[in-house]
Amino acid sequence: MPYLIHIAILFFIYAILGVGLNLIVGYAGLLSVTHAAFYGIGAYATAVALAHYGLGFFASVILGIVITAIVSLLAGMVLSKFKDDYYALASFGFNVIAFSIFLNWESVTKGPLGIPGIDRPSLFGFTFSANETFLALAVVLFGAVYALAHFIANSSFGRVLKAIREDEKALEVFGYKVAYFKLAIFVIGAAMASIAGSLFASYITYIDPSSFSLNESIFILAIVIMGGLGSLRGTLAGALFLILLPEILRFVGLPTDIAAQMRQIIYGAILVLLMLYRPKGFIGEYEVK
Amino acid sequence: MDAIRTKELHKHFSGVAAIDGLSVAFEQGKVTGVVGPNGSGKTTLVNVLSGMLPPTAGVMVIGGEREMKGLRASDTAYHGITRTFQEVRLFEQMTVLDNILVVLTERSVWGSLFERHNAGHMKKVETVLTRVGLWEKRSQLAHNLSYGQRKLLEIARVLAMTHSDHIGQDASIFLFDEPFAGLFPEMIKVIVSVIKELKEAGKTVILIEHNMNLIRELCDHLIVMDSGKLLAEGKPDHVLAKREVIEAYLGE
Repeated sequence: MPYLIHIAILFFIYAILGVGLNLIVGYAGLLSVTHAAFYGIGAYATAVALAHYGLGFFASVILGIVITAIVSLLAGMVLSKFKDDYYALASFGFNVIAFSIFLNWESVTKGPLGIPGIDRPSLFGFTFSANETFLALAVVLFGAVYALAHFIANSSFGRVLKAIREDEKALEVFGYKVAYFKLAIFVIGAAMASIAGSLFASYITYIDPSSFSLNESIFILAIVIMGGLGSLRGTLAGALFLILLPEILRFVGLPTDIAAQMRQIIYGAILVLLMLYRPKGFIGEYEVK
Repeated sequence: MDAIRTKELHKHFSGVAAIDGLSVAFEQGKVTGVVGPNGSGKTTLVNVLSGMLPPTAGVMVIGGEREMKGLRASDTAYHGITRTFQEVRLFEQMTVLDNILVVLTERSVWGSLFERHNAGHMKKVETVLTRVGLWEKRSQLAHNLSYGQRKLLEIARVLAMTHSDHIGQDASIFLFDEPFAGLFPEMIKVIVSVIKELKEAGKTVILIEHNMNLIRELCDHLIVMDSGKLLAEGKPDHVLAKREVIEAYLGE
């Protein structure tokens, strides 16, 4: 049971990450591979605020969102110069920069040693120290993020994002300043990642830079694509699948001496097969061209 | 009065002049045809007028306002300009309905976040989609329409620009870049009647077209371009009888 709760908490953290990234990639069509940078900013904001400044968890979430919003606004302004694969490559560069800051800004992040002993969140004297209560907190924060994403996706703004994805040049002719829409959704999606980072830091109670590398961004992107671009429910399916698959592969009874490698190979092969036979993802409406 | 006028307009692509010192006027409330051989700069002209390409030199004047060195694409709608595309550009993986709704709703980031389409929007969508016979197809993805239906959806989209509450003014200048190319006669009839209606409503239409019968039927004025320059202009029948126009077209 504790194991299932652990999996569930991870699921909700990755679902938040996936939902935010789907707004950016699936709706607006901005192929961002830097989501882990904002995830990391949120995590470090919480870790540093709790460990050094005695701020509460919820204040640290706000702090993380504010810092992430500023950083993502600047990053988004630079990225707006690029399109498609160049956008992906440039955003990839941002993740590398963020990662090396986490790794080398030792006075704040403690570098590769990481920050241990992060407190679990507490509110009005109640501490979410048990995993069961932490799960409840994760569900509530996830619910808030999902509701916001759903609200955005179903507004006129959400429709404009899709039109940007389809043909932003043509959309401009109809009176839209598309750059503002792209910046807005980039910042909103990044802020969601920051919330996930805060949750992660106070759940694991220890963070180091390795959790926020480019690999992590690619994993989040895989959740979004696997689940279905432009489908929020799809992202949940994608997160569930990619979190559960490695866990399930633990139980298939592979010979112990090759189990770890085989799991990796099977995992990779399943991803390739899924993309071959379901290029739109589980519930996606839209296929990457 | 002139709806749009260009003065000594130039557009060069890496040294090659697609538009070469073009000074033309498009009279308000009239249908002006633009003809010329392939590569004569017609589409480039439409792209410059709709802000999709910045001119290399020269100015344009819209509705007698001040002279402008080109426009940003996102500003053209606020000057009443709207257009269709020679190679149809729809929002492919969106429904027919959403393709129209998106030009009817809030233009600002903040406003659009708190807006959902309502019965008023739907009424307008129904009007323009019914006009081109696509209301039944409203739930389909644009991507899945036939070639002709796609062209008609573009027509419906510019018609919707005459109903947009968020632009400050209704579209008054319509740039049609070969709207009839490759269409069946029934579809051509629909677009012909749309253009006639726009004219009756006092709108300005700029029509790029190769079919001379349609040009004669629709246009009040005709501009002939060749190699980015103005070759001839005037009443369609008169212009089309000119020797140099026939030579430019038939290459004799």
